[in-house]
Amino acid sequence: MSQLATWRTGSTRVLPGFGLSMGISVLFISLVLLLPITGLFGQLAGLSFAEYWAIITEGRVVASYMVTIGAAAVAALVNAVFGLLLAWVLVRYEFPGKRLLDALMDLPFALPTAVAGITLATLYASSGWMGRLLEPLGFQIAYTWVGIALAMAFTSIPFVVRTVQPVLEDLPAEVDEAAMSLGATDGVAFRRVILPHIWPALVTGTGLAFVRSLGEFGAIIFIAGNMPYETEITALMIFVKLQEYDYAGASAIASVVLFVSLALLLAINIWQGRFVRRLHGGKG
Amino acid sequence: MRRIGDAPLIRRLLIGAALVLSALFLLLPLVAIFAQALSEGVMVFWANVSNTFTLHAIGLTLMIALLTIPVCLVFGIALAWLVTRFSFPGRRILQTLIDIPFAVSPVVAGLIYLLLYGRNGWIGGWLDTHDIQLMFAWPGILMVTIFVTCPFVARELIPLMQAQGSREEEAAVTLGASGWTTFRRVTLPNIRWALLYGVILTNARAVGEFGAVSVVSGAIRGKTNTLPLHLEQLYQDYNAVGAFACAALLAFIALLTLAAKAGLEWRAARREAFA
Repeated sequence: MSQLATWRTGSTRVLPGFGLSMGISVLFISLVLLLPITGLFGQLAGLSFAEYWAIITEGRVVASYMVTIGAAAVAALVNAVFGLLLAWVLVRYEFPGKRLLDALMDLPFALPTAVAGITLATLYASSGWMGRLLEPLGFQIAYTWVGIALAMAFTSIPFVVRTVQPVLEDLPAEVDEAAMSLGATDGVAFRRVILPHIWPALVTGTGLAFVRSLGEFGAIIFIAGNMPYETEITALMIFVKLQEYDYAGASAIASVVLFVSLALLLAINIWQGRFVRRLHGGKG
Repeated sequence: MRRIGDAPLIRRLLIGAALVLSALFLLLPLVAIFAQALSEGVMVFWANVSNTFTLHAIGLTLMIALLTIPVCLVFGIALAWLVTRFSFPGRRILQTLIDIPFAVSPVVAGLIYLLLYGRNGWIGGWLDTHDIQLMFAWPGILMVTIFVTCPFVARELIPLMQAQGSREEEAAVTLGASGWTTFRRVTLPNIRWALLYGVILTNARAVGEFGAVSVVSGAIRGKTNTLPLHLEQLYQDYNAVGAFACAALLAFIALLTLAAKAGLEWRAARREAFA
Protein backbone atom coordinates (compact mmCIF):
# COMPACT_ATOMS: atom_id res chain seq x y z
CA MET A 1 0.00 0.00 0.00
CA SER A 2 2.85 2.40 0.76
CA GLN A 3 3.95 2.05 -2.84
CA LEU A 4 0.58 3.18 -4.02
CA ALA A 5 0.85 6.16 -1.73
CA THR A 6 4.02 7.25 -3.54
CA TRP A 7 2.25 6.80 -6.84
CA ARG A 8 -0.41 9.14 -5.68
CA THR A 9 2.05 11.83 -4.64
CA GLY A 10 4.56 11.27 -7.43
CA SER A 11 3.44 12.84 -10.65
CA THR A 12 5.33 10.62 -13.13
CA ARG A 13 4.22 7.12 -14.02
CA VAL A 14 7.22 4.91 -14.73
CA LEU A 15 5.35 1.88 -16.00
CA PRO A 16 3.71 1.89 -19.42
CA GLY A 17 0.32 0.52 -20.31
CA PHE A 18 -1.95 2.79 -18.27
CA GLY A 19 -3.97 3.87 -21.28
CA LEU A 20 -4.16 0.40 -22.79
CA SER A 21 -5.15 -1.42 -19.60
CA MET A 22 -7.58 1.34 -18.66
CA GLY A 23 -9.11 1.18 -22.13
CA ILE A 24 -9.56 -2.59 -22.11
CA SER A 25 -10.89 -2.67 -18.54
CA VAL A 26 -13.37 0.16 -18.91
CA LEU A 27 -14.57 -1.05 -22.31
CA PHE A 28 -15.02 -4.60 -21.03
CA ILE A 29 -16.78 -3.61 -17.80
CA SER A 30 -19.07 -1.24 -19.69
CA LEU A 31 -19.98 -3.66 -22.48
CA VAL A 32 -20.11 -6.94 -20.57
CA LEU A 33 -21.22 -5.96 -17.08
CA LEU A 34 -23.03 -2.62 -17.21
CA LEU A 35 -24.64 -2.32 -20.64
CA PRO A 36 -26.84 -5.44 -20.23
CA ILE A 37 -28.22 -4.05 -16.97
CA THR A 38 -29.59 -1.11 -18.97
CA GLY A 39 -31.69 -3.62 -20.92
CA LEU A 40 -33.41 -4.51 -17.66
CA PHE A 41 -34.21 -0.87 -16.93
CA GLY A 42 -35.43 -0.40 -20.48
CA GLN A 43 -37.90 -3.20 -19.97
CA LEU A 44 -38.98 -1.84 -16.59
CA ALA A 45 -39.56 1.63 -18.05
CA GLY A 46 -42.56 0.18 -19.89
CA LEU A 47 -44.28 -0.60 -16.59
CA SER A 48 -46.16 1.84 -14.41
CA PHE A 49 -45.26 1.79 -10.75
CA ALA A 50 -48.62 0.22 -9.87
CA GLU A 51 -48.04 -2.60 -12.37
CA TYR A 52 -44.48 -3.08 -11.12
CA TRP A 53 -45.66 -3.20 -7.51
CA ALA A 54 -48.44 -5.66 -8.37
CA ILE A 55 -45.96 -8.06 -10.00
CA ILE A 56 -43.37 -8.02 -7.23
CA THR A 57 -45.95 -8.34 -4.43
CA GLU A 58 -48.06 -11.08 -6.00
CA GLY A 59 -48.76 -13.87 -3.50
CA ARG A 60 -46.83 -16.60 -5.28
CA VAL A 61 -43.81 -14.33 -5.77
CA VAL A 62 -43.79 -13.19 -2.14
CA ALA A 63 -43.98 -16.84 -1.06
CA SER A 64 -40.88 -17.48 -3.21
CA TYR A 65 -39.00 -14.63 -1.45
CA MET A 66 -39.86 -16.23 1.89
CA VAL A 67 -38.70 -19.68 0.78
CA THR A 68 -35.49 -18.33 -0.75
CA ILE A 69 -34.53 -16.02 2.12
CA GLY A 70 -35.49 -18.53 4.82
CA ALA A 71 -33.61 -21.43 3.25
CA ALA A 72 -30.59 -19.23 2.45
CA ALA A 73 -30.47 -17.99 6.04
CA VAL A 74 -30.61 -21.53 7.42
CA ALA A 75 -27.97 -22.67 4.92
CA ALA A 76 -25.68 -19.74 5.79
CA LEU A 77 -25.99 -20.34 9.54
CA VAL A 78 -25.35 -24.08 9.20
CA ASN A 79 -22.35 -23.26 7.01
CA ALA A 80 -21.03 -20.75 9.54
CA VAL A 81 -20.78 -23.55 12.13
CA PHE A 82 -19.74 -26.34 9.76
CA GLY A 83 -17.32 -24.10 7.86
CA LEU A 84 -15.70 -22.86 11.08
CA LEU A 85 -15.28 -26.47 12.24
CA LEU A 86 -13.67 -27.47 8.94
CA ALA A 87 -11.37 -24.43 8.81
CA TRP A 88 -10.32 -25.04 12.42
CA VAL A 89 -9.59 -28.74 11.87
CA LEU A 90 -7.67 -28.02 8.65
CA VAL A 91 -5.51 -25.31 10.25
CA ARG A 92 -4.91 -26.68 13.75
CA TYR A 93 -4.59 -30.45 13.48
CA GLU A 94 -2.46 -32.98 11.61
CA PHE A 95 -4.19 -36.21 10.64
CA PRO A 96 -4.15 -38.72 7.80
CA GLY A 97 -6.21 -37.56 4.84
CA LYS A 98 -5.87 -33.88 5.70
CA ARG A 99 -4.60 -32.90 2.25
CA LEU A 100 -7.52 -34.74 0.66
CA LEU A 101 -10.03 -33.08 2.96
CA ASP A 102 -8.52 -29.72 2.10
CA ALA A 103 -8.84 -30.41 -1.64
CA LEU A 104 -12.42 -31.65 -1.15
CA MET A 105 -13.43 -28.23 0.24
CA ASP A 106 -13.37 -26.72 -3.25
CA LEU A 107 -15.54 -29.43 -4.77
CA PRO A 108 -18.78 -27.41 -4.63
CA PHE A 109 -17.13 -24.58 -6.61
CA ALA A 110 -15.60 -26.93 -9.17
CA LEU A 111 -18.67 -29.12 -9.64
CA PRO A 112 -21.25 -27.73 -12.09
CA THR A 113 -24.40 -26.74 -10.22
CA ALA A 114 -26.68 -28.89 -12.37
CA VAL A 115 -24.54 -31.92 -11.52
CA ALA A 116 -24.81 -31.11 -7.82
CA GLY A 117 -28.56 -30.64 -8.32
CA ILE A 118 -29.39 -33.99 -9.88
CA THR A 119 -26.99 -35.78 -7.51
CA LEU A 120 -28.50 -34.33 -4.33
CA ALA A 121 -32.01 -34.93 -5.66
CA THR A 122 -31.15 -38.58 -6.39
CA LEU A 123 -29.39 -39.11 -3.05
CA TYR A 124 -32.19 -37.66 -0.92
CA ALA A 125 -35.19 -38.96 -2.90
CA SER A 126 -37.02 -41.74 -1.08
CA SER A 127 -35.21 -44.40 -3.14
CA GLY A 128 -31.78 -42.73 -2.79
CA TRP A 129 -28.95 -43.74 -0.45
CA MET A 130 -29.73 -40.99 2.07
CA GLY A 131 -33.47 -40.85 1.54
CA ARG A 132 -33.84 -44.56 2.28
CA LEU A 133 -32.16 -44.04 5.66
CA LEU A 134 -33.82 -40.77 6.60
CA GLU A 135 -37.41 -41.22 5.47
CA PRO A 136 -38.29 -44.10 7.81
CA LEU A 137 -37.10 -41.80 10.63
CA GLY A 138 -39.56 -39.17 9.49
CA PHE A 139 -37.12 -36.81 7.75
CA GLN A 140 -38.38 -35.84 4.32
CA ILE A 141 -35.65 -33.79 2.61
CA ALA A 142 -36.14 -33.99 -1.16
CA TYR A 143 -38.99 -31.80 -2.46
CA THR A 144 -39.21 -29.79 0.79
CA TRP A 145 -37.55 -26.53 1.78
CA VAL A 146 -35.00 -28.56 3.78
CA GLY A 147 -33.78 -29.92 0.45
CA ILE A 148 -33.50 -26.36 -0.86
CA ALA A 149 -31.43 -25.36 2.18
CA LEU A 150 -29.29 -28.47 1.76
CA ALA A 151 -28.52 -27.66 -1.87
CA MET A 152 -27.74 -24.04 -0.93
CA ALA A 153 -25.44 -25.18 1.88
CA PHE A 154 -23.62 -27.55 -0.49
CA THR A 155 -22.90 -24.92 -3.12
CA SER A 156 -21.80 -22.22 -0.66
CA ILE A 157 -19.76 -24.02 2.02
CA PRO A 158 -16.36 -23.10 0.44
CA PHE A 159 -17.04 -19.39 1.02
CA VAL A 160 -16.90 -19.83 4.80
CA VAL A 161 -14.00 -22.30 4.88
CA ARG A 162 -11.82 -20.35 2.48
CA THR A 163 -12.48 -17.00 4.16
CA VAL A 164 -11.83 -18.18 7.73
CA GLN A 165 -8.90 -20.51 6.98
CA PRO A 166 -6.24 -17.86 6.11
CA VAL A 167 -7.18 -15.71 9.12
CA LEU A 168 -6.84 -18.70 11.46
CA GLU A 169 -3.47 -19.53 9.89
CA ASP A 170 -2.19 -16.02 10.54
CA LEU A 171 -3.17 -16.15 14.21
CA PRO A 172 0.12 -16.33 16.15
CA ALA A 173 0.57 -19.26 18.55
CA GLU A 174 1.32 -16.90 21.45
CA VAL A 175 -2.27 -15.69 21.44
CA ASP A 176 -3.80 -18.93 22.59
CA GLU A 177 -0.76 -19.93 24.63
CA ALA A 178 -1.24 -16.79 26.67
CA ALA A 179 -4.92 -17.53 27.17
CA MET A 180 -4.27 -21.13 28.17
CA SER A 181 -1.44 -20.29 30.57
CA LEU A 182 -3.76 -17.90 32.35
CA GLY A 183 -5.91 -20.92 33.12
CA ALA A 184 -8.84 -20.45 30.76
CA THR A 185 -10.68 -23.57 29.63
CA ASP A 186 -10.72 -24.42 25.92
CA GLY A 187 -14.26 -23.18 25.46
CA VAL A 188 -13.74 -19.88 27.24
CA ALA A 189 -10.39 -19.26 25.51
CA PHE A 190 -11.93 -19.97 22.12
CA ARG A 191 -14.86 -17.67 22.74
CA ARG A 192 -12.86 -14.85 24.28
CA VAL A 193 -9.63 -14.98 22.27
CA ILE A 194 -10.06 -16.79 18.94
CA LEU A 195 -13.61 -15.86 18.04
CA PRO A 196 -13.17 -12.05 18.25
CA HIS A 197 -10.17 -12.37 15.96
CA ILE A 198 -11.82 -14.46 13.26
CA TRP A 199 -15.26 -12.89 13.65
CA PRO A 200 -14.95 -10.43 10.70
CA ALA A 201 -13.81 -13.21 8.37
CA LEU A 202 -16.58 -15.50 9.60
CA VAL A 203 -19.21 -12.82 9.01
CA THR A 204 -17.81 -12.04 5.54
CA GLY A 205 -17.72 -15.71 4.55
CA THR A 206 -21.22 -16.32 5.87
CA GLY A 207 -22.46 -13.21 4.08
CA LEU A 208 -20.96 -14.35 0.78
CA ALA A 209 -22.51 -17.79 1.27
CA PHE A 210 -25.89 -16.14 1.89
CA VAL A 211 -25.68 -13.97 -1.25
CA ARG A 212 -24.65 -16.96 -3.32
CA SER A 213 -27.56 -19.00 -1.94
CA LEU A 214 -30.09 -16.27 -2.77
CA GLY A 215 -29.18 -16.48 -6.45
CA GLU A 216 -28.50 -20.20 -6.79
CA PHE A 217 -30.61 -21.98 -9.39
CA GLY A 218 -29.09 -25.12 -10.95
CA ALA A 219 -28.36 -26.95 -7.73
CA ILE A 220 -31.80 -26.26 -6.25
CA ILE A 221 -34.46 -26.79 -8.90
CA PHE A 222 -34.00 -30.56 -9.06
CA ILE A 223 -34.36 -31.17 -5.32
CA ALA A 224 -36.91 -28.41 -4.63
CA GLY A 225 -40.03 -30.05 -6.07
CA ASN A 226 -41.05 -26.55 -7.26
CA MET A 227 -44.54 -26.50 -5.72
CA PRO A 228 -46.13 -23.04 -6.00
CA TYR A 229 -46.29 -21.23 -2.62
CA GLU A 230 -44.33 -24.07 -1.00
CA THR A 231 -40.97 -24.82 -2.59
CA GLU A 232 -40.52 -22.33 -5.41
CA ILE A 233 -37.39 -20.17 -5.24
CA THR A 234 -37.31 -16.64 -6.67
CA ALA A 235 -34.81 -17.51 -9.42
CA LEU A 236 -37.29 -20.13 -10.62
CA MET A 237 -40.12 -17.56 -10.64
CA ILE A 238 -38.06 -15.46 -13.08
CA PHE A 239 -37.51 -18.55 -15.20
CA VAL A 240 -41.21 -19.45 -15.17
CA LYS A 241 -42.19 -15.92 -16.25
CA LEU A 242 -39.69 -16.13 -19.10
CA GLN A 243 -41.12 -19.41 -20.31
CA GLU A 244 -44.51 -17.71 -20.42
CA TYR A 245 -42.87 -14.91 -22.51
CA ASP A 246 -43.82 -12.49 -19.72
CA TYR A 247 -40.63 -10.43 -20.07
CA ALA A 248 -41.99 -7.53 -18.01
CA GLY A 249 -42.85 -9.83 -15.12
CA ALA A 250 -39.48 -11.57 -15.28
CA SER A 251 -37.71 -8.19 -15.33
CA ALA A 252 -39.64 -6.84 -12.37
CA ILE A 253 -38.78 -9.82 -10.18
CA ALA A 254 -35.20 -9.84 -11.48
CA SER A 255 -34.83 -6.18 -10.52
CA VAL A 256 -35.70 -7.06 -6.92
CA VAL A 257 -33.17 -9.92 -6.88
CA LEU A 258 -30.53 -7.75 -8.56
CA PHE A 259 -31.04 -4.86 -6.15
CA VAL A 260 -30.86 -7.08 -3.06
CA SER A 261 -27.75 -8.94 -4.21
CA LEU A 262 -25.89 -5.78 -5.26
CA ALA A 263 -26.78 -4.06 -1.98
CA LEU A 264 -25.52 -7.07 -0.02
CA LEU A 265 -22.35 -7.22 -2.13
CA LEU A 266 -21.68 -3.56 -1.43
CA ALA A 267 -22.34 -4.04 2.29
CA ILE A 268 -19.94 -7.00 2.45
CA ASN A 269 -17.28 -5.04 0.56
CA ILE A 270 -17.54 -2.10 2.93
CA TRP A 271 -17.49 -4.37 5.98
CA GLN A 272 -14.49 -6.28 4.60
CA GLY A 273 -12.63 -3.07 3.81
CA ARG A 274 -13.15 -1.95 7.39
CA PHE A 275 -11.77 -5.09 8.99
CA VAL A 276 -8.85 -5.40 6.58
CA ARG A 277 -7.79 -1.89 7.60
CA ARG A 278 -8.17 -2.80 11.25
CA LEU A 279 -6.12 -5.97 10.89
CA HIS A 280 -3.29 -4.20 9.11
CA GLY A 281 -3.35 -1.29 11.54
CA GLY A 282 -1.58 1.80 10.24
CA LYS A 283 -0.23 0.00 7.18
CA GLY A 284 -3.50 -0.17 5.31
CA MET B 1 2.96 -25.00 25.49
CA ARG B 2 -0.52 -26.38 24.95
CA ARG B 3 -2.74 -24.56 22.46
CA ILE B 4 -6.50 -24.19 22.45
CA GLY B 5 -8.25 -27.39 21.46
CA ASP B 6 -5.13 -29.52 21.89
CA ALA B 7 -6.62 -31.83 24.52
CA PRO B 8 -6.76 -35.31 22.94
CA LEU B 9 -10.49 -35.73 23.49
CA ILE B 10 -11.47 -32.39 21.91
CA ARG B 11 -9.04 -32.98 19.11
CA ARG B 12 -10.40 -36.41 18.25
CA LEU B 13 -13.97 -35.25 18.56
CA LEU B 14 -13.49 -32.29 16.21
CA ILE B 15 -11.47 -34.21 13.60
CA GLY B 16 -14.03 -37.03 13.73
CA ALA B 17 -16.95 -34.64 13.30
CA ALA B 18 -15.24 -32.85 10.39
CA LEU B 19 -14.42 -36.12 8.63
CA VAL B 20 -17.86 -37.70 9.10
CA LEU B 21 -19.74 -34.56 8.04
CA SER B 22 -17.50 -33.99 5.01
CA ALA B 23 -17.84 -37.61 3.96
CA LEU B 24 -21.64 -37.43 4.11
CA PHE B 25 -22.02 -33.94 2.74
CA LEU B 26 -19.27 -33.69 0.11
CA LEU B 27 -17.73 -37.07 -0.66
CA LEU B 28 -20.94 -39.09 -0.86
CA PRO B 29 -22.44 -36.97 -3.68
CA LEU B 30 -19.19 -37.32 -5.62
CA VAL B 31 -19.22 -41.11 -5.23
CA ALA B 32 -22.93 -41.22 -6.11
CA ILE B 33 -22.35 -39.48 -9.47
CA PHE B 34 -19.98 -42.19 -10.69
CA ALA B 35 -22.00 -45.00 -9.08
CA GLN B 36 -25.15 -43.82 -10.88
CA ALA B 37 -23.36 -43.32 -14.20
CA LEU B 38 -21.96 -46.85 -14.09
CA SER B 39 -25.01 -48.48 -12.47
CA GLU B 40 -25.90 -50.31 -15.68
CA GLY B 41 -22.38 -51.20 -16.60
CA VAL B 42 -19.53 -49.68 -18.55
CA MET B 43 -21.09 -50.49 -21.94
CA VAL B 44 -24.26 -48.50 -21.18
CA PHE B 45 -22.14 -45.64 -19.85
CA TRP B 46 -20.14 -45.65 -23.07
CA ALA B 47 -23.27 -45.79 -25.21
CA ASN B 48 -24.64 -42.78 -23.32
CA VAL B 49 -21.45 -40.80 -23.76
CA SER B 50 -20.99 -41.61 -27.45
CA ASN B 51 -24.61 -40.76 -28.32
CA THR B 52 -24.78 -38.14 -31.13
CA PHE B 53 -26.54 -35.53 -29.00
CA THR B 54 -24.14 -36.00 -26.11
CA LEU B 55 -21.13 -35.72 -28.42
CA HIS B 56 -22.57 -32.53 -29.90
CA ALA B 57 -23.14 -31.12 -26.40
CA ILE B 58 -19.56 -31.98 -25.43
CA GLY B 59 -18.27 -30.25 -28.57
CA LEU B 60 -20.32 -27.12 -28.00
CA THR B 61 -19.32 -26.97 -24.33
CA LEU B 62 -15.62 -27.26 -25.17
CA MET B 63 -15.90 -24.65 -27.91
CA ILE B 64 -17.56 -22.17 -25.53
CA ALA B 65 -14.86 -22.77 -22.91
CA LEU B 66 -12.06 -22.38 -25.47
CA LEU B 67 -13.49 -19.07 -26.68
CA THR B 68 -14.22 -17.79 -23.17
CA ILE B 69 -10.74 -18.34 -21.75
CA PRO B 70 -8.74 -15.94 -24.00
CA VAL B 71 -11.30 -13.17 -23.51
CA CYS B 72 -11.17 -13.56 -19.72
CA LEU B 73 -7.36 -13.73 -19.83
CA VAL B 74 -6.98 -10.44 -21.69
CA PHE B 75 -9.51 -8.70 -19.46
CA GLY B 76 -8.12 -10.21 -16.25
CA ILE B 77 -4.53 -9.25 -17.02
CA ALA B 78 -5.47 -5.74 -18.16
CA LEU B 79 -7.60 -5.09 -15.07
CA ALA B 80 -5.02 -6.54 -12.66
CA TRP B 81 -2.24 -4.48 -14.28
CA LEU B 82 -4.39 -1.36 -14.08
CA VAL B 83 -5.45 -1.62 -10.43
CA THR B 84 -2.14 -2.92 -9.03
CA ARG B 85 0.34 -0.79 -11.01
CA PHE B 86 -1.39 2.58 -11.07
CA SER B 87 -3.34 4.71 -8.68
CA PHE B 88 -6.22 6.73 -9.97
CA PRO B 89 -9.64 7.87 -8.82
CA GLY B 90 -12.20 5.08 -9.17
CA ARG B 91 -9.73 2.24 -8.59
CA ARG B 92 -11.80 0.80 -5.73
CA ILE B 93 -14.99 1.11 -7.76
CA LEU B 94 -13.51 -0.95 -10.60
CA GLN B 95 -12.53 -3.65 -8.10
CA THR B 96 -16.06 -3.76 -6.71
CA LEU B 97 -17.62 -3.79 -10.18
CA ILE B 98 -15.82 -6.96 -11.23
CA ASP B 99 -17.53 -8.77 -8.35
CA ILE B 100 -20.95 -8.16 -9.92
CA PRO B 101 -21.04 -11.54 -11.70
CA PHE B 102 -20.41 -13.29 -8.38
CA ALA B 103 -23.35 -11.57 -6.73
CA VAL B 104 -25.84 -11.64 -9.59
CA SER B 105 -27.99 -14.74 -9.84
CA PRO B 106 -27.14 -16.70 -13.02
CA VAL B 107 -30.78 -16.57 -14.10
CA VAL B 108 -30.75 -12.77 -13.81
CA ALA B 109 -27.49 -12.68 -15.79
CA GLY B 110 -29.10 -14.66 -18.59
CA LEU B 111 -32.21 -12.50 -18.45
CA ILE B 112 -30.42 -9.16 -18.82
CA TYR B 113 -28.62 -10.45 -21.91
CA LEU B 114 -31.86 -11.78 -23.34
CA LEU B 115 -33.58 -8.42 -22.79
CA LEU B 116 -30.83 -6.48 -24.52
CA TYR B 117 -29.91 -8.78 -27.39
CA GLY B 118 -33.20 -10.65 -27.84
CA ARG B 119 -35.57 -9.65 -30.61
CA ASN B 120 -37.41 -7.14 -28.37
CA GLY B 121 -34.28 -5.49 -27.00
CA TRP B 122 -32.90 -2.23 -28.38
CA ILE B 123 -29.75 -3.86 -29.70
CA GLY B 124 -31.45 -7.15 -30.52
CA GLY B 125 -34.11 -5.38 -32.60
CA TRP B 126 -31.45 -3.73 -34.72
CA LEU B 127 -29.57 -7.01 -35.08
CA ASP B 128 -32.79 -8.74 -36.06
CA THR B 129 -33.36 -6.38 -38.98
CA HIS B 130 -29.84 -7.29 -40.14
CA ASP B 131 -30.55 -11.01 -39.74
CA ILE B 132 -28.08 -11.51 -36.91
CA GLN B 133 -29.30 -13.79 -34.15
CA LEU B 134 -27.30 -13.90 -30.93
CA MET B 135 -29.86 -15.23 -28.46
CA PHE B 136 -30.99 -18.88 -28.66
CA ALA B 137 -27.75 -19.51 -30.57
CA TRP B 138 -24.16 -20.21 -29.56
CA PRO B 139 -23.00 -16.54 -29.52
CA GLY B 140 -25.53 -15.87 -26.74
CA ILE B 141 -24.21 -18.81 -24.74
CA LEU B 142 -20.69 -17.45 -25.20
CA MET B 143 -21.71 -13.95 -24.08
CA VAL B 144 -23.35 -15.05 -20.82
CA THR B 145 -20.50 -17.47 -20.13
CA ILE B 146 -18.03 -14.59 -20.43
CA PHE B 147 -20.24 -12.58 -18.06
CA VAL B 148 -20.26 -15.23 -15.33
CA THR B 149 -16.57 -16.19 -15.64
CA CYS B 150 -14.85 -12.83 -16.16
CA PRO B 151 -13.88 -12.17 -12.49
CA PHE B 152 -11.85 -15.36 -11.96
CA VAL B 153 -8.53 -14.45 -13.64
CA ALA B 154 -8.57 -10.89 -12.31
CA ARG B 155 -9.45 -12.15 -8.80
CA GLU B 156 -6.46 -14.51 -8.80
CA LEU B 157 -4.01 -11.94 -10.18
CA ILE B 158 -4.87 -8.82 -8.18
CA PRO B 159 -3.80 -9.97 -4.69
CA LEU B 160 -0.63 -11.58 -6.06
CA MET B 161 0.44 -8.59 -8.15
CA GLN B 162 -0.39 -6.28 -5.27
CA ALA B 163 1.86 -8.32 -2.95
CA GLN B 164 4.71 -8.55 -5.47
CA GLY B 165 4.77 -4.81 -6.07
CA SER B 166 6.10 -3.17 -9.22
CA ARG B 167 9.79 -2.74 -8.37
CA GLU B 168 11.04 -5.41 -10.80
CA GLU B 169 9.01 -3.98 -13.66
CA GLU B 170 10.16 -0.46 -12.88
CA ALA B 171 13.77 -1.64 -12.97
CA ALA B 172 13.23 -3.29 -16.36
CA VAL B 173 11.61 -0.18 -17.80
CA THR B 174 14.28 2.09 -16.36
CA LEU B 175 16.93 -0.12 -18.03
CA GLY B 176 15.24 0.52 -21.34
CA ALA B 177 12.97 -2.51 -21.83
CA SER B 178 9.81 -1.86 -23.80
CA GLY B 179 6.43 -2.30 -22.14
CA TRP B 180 5.73 -5.55 -23.94
CA THR B 181 9.19 -7.00 -23.17
CA THR B 182 8.81 -6.01 -19.52
CA PHE B 183 5.46 -7.74 -19.34
CA ARG B 184 6.66 -10.89 -21.12
CA ARG B 185 10.03 -11.28 -19.39
CA VAL B 186 9.36 -9.87 -15.92
CA THR B 187 5.66 -9.90 -15.09
CA LEU B 188 4.53 -13.07 -16.84
CA PRO B 189 7.06 -15.41 -15.15
CA ASN B 190 6.02 -13.99 -11.77
CA ILE B 191 2.31 -14.48 -12.27
CA ARG B 192 2.19 -17.58 -14.46
CA TRP B 193 0.92 -19.98 -11.78
CA ALA B 194 -1.81 -17.65 -10.60
CA LEU B 195 -2.68 -17.11 -14.24
CA LEU B 196 -2.90 -20.85 -14.80
CA TYR B 197 -5.11 -21.27 -11.75
CA GLY B 198 -7.34 -18.45 -12.96
CA VAL B 199 -7.68 -20.22 -16.30
CA ILE B 200 -8.54 -23.51 -14.57
CA LEU B 201 -11.28 -21.83 -12.53
CA THR B 202 -12.60 -20.02 -15.61
CA ASN B 203 -12.71 -23.29 -17.49
CA ALA B 204 -14.49 -25.13 -14.67
CA ARG B 205 -17.20 -22.49 -14.50
CA ALA B 206 -17.49 -22.08 -18.28
CA VAL B 207 -17.97 -25.79 -18.76
CA GLY B 208 -20.51 -26.09 -15.96
CA GLU B 209 -22.59 -22.91 -16.19
CA PHE B 210 -26.27 -23.76 -16.10
CA GLY B 211 -28.66 -21.02 -14.98
CA ALA B 212 -27.47 -18.22 -17.28
CA VAL B 213 -27.00 -20.53 -20.25
CA SER B 214 -30.40 -22.14 -19.86
CA VAL B 215 -32.08 -18.73 -20.20
CA VAL B 216 -30.36 -17.76 -23.47
CA SER B 217 -29.74 -21.09 -25.18
CA GLY B 218 -33.19 -22.36 -26.08
CA ALA B 219 -31.71 -25.83 -25.43
CA ILE B 220 -32.22 -27.23 -28.90
CA ARG B 221 -30.86 -30.77 -28.97
CA GLY B 222 -27.93 -31.14 -31.34
CA LYS B 223 -27.80 -27.36 -31.77
CA THR B 224 -27.61 -25.17 -28.68
CA ASN B 225 -27.45 -27.77 -25.94
CA THR B 226 -24.40 -27.57 -23.71
CA LEU B 227 -23.49 -30.54 -21.55
CA PRO B 228 -25.22 -29.25 -18.37
CA LEU B 229 -28.40 -28.49 -20.35
CA HIS B 230 -28.29 -31.86 -22.07
CA LEU B 231 -27.94 -33.51 -18.67
CA GLU B 232 -31.02 -31.67 -17.42
CA GLN B 233 -33.10 -32.80 -20.41
CA LEU B 234 -32.07 -36.41 -19.94
CA TYR B 235 -32.90 -36.19 -16.24
CA GLN B 236 -36.34 -34.68 -16.94
CA ASP B 237 -36.94 -37.47 -19.50
CA TYR B 238 -36.39 -40.03 -16.73
CA ASN B 239 -33.14 -41.16 -18.32
CA ALA B 240 -31.21 -40.94 -15.04
CA VAL B 241 -28.33 -43.15 -16.17
CA GLY B 242 -27.83 -41.03 -19.29
CA ALA B 243 -27.97 -37.85 -17.21
CA PHE B 244 -25.41 -39.20 -14.77
CA ALA B 245 -23.13 -40.26 -17.62
CA CYS B 246 -22.95 -36.56 -18.61
CA ALA B 247 -22.66 -35.63 -14.93
CA ALA B 248 -19.71 -38.02 -14.56
CA LEU B 249 -17.88 -36.30 -17.44
CA LEU B 250 -18.41 -32.92 -15.80
CA ALA B 251 -17.46 -34.29 -12.37
CA PHE B 252 -14.27 -35.65 -13.91
CA ILE B 253 -13.37 -32.14 -15.10
CA ALA B 254 -14.14 -30.89 -11.58
CA LEU B 255 -11.78 -33.49 -10.11
CA LEU B 256 -9.04 -32.43 -12.53
CA THR B 257 -9.64 -28.85 -11.39
CA LEU B 258 -9.22 -29.85 -7.74
CA ALA B 259 -6.09 -31.86 -8.52
CA ALA B 260 -4.58 -28.96 -10.45
CA LYS B 261 -5.33 -26.61 -7.58
CA ALA B 262 -3.78 -28.95 -5.01
CA GLY B 263 -0.73 -29.36 -7.28
CA LEU B 264 -0.25 -25.63 -7.72
CA GLU B 265 -0.61 -25.01 -3.98
CA TRP B 266 1.86 -27.77 -3.18
CA ARG B 267 4.31 -26.18 -5.61
CA ALA B 268 3.88 -22.75 -4.05
CA ALA B 269 4.35 -24.14 -0.53
CA ARG B 270 7.51 -26.00 -1.59
CA ARG B 271 8.97 -22.88 -3.16
CA GLU B 272 8.20 -20.89 -0.05
CA ALA B 273 9.94 -23.54 2.06
CA PHE B 274 13.08 -23.30 -0.08
CA ALA B 275 13.03 -19.53 -0.32
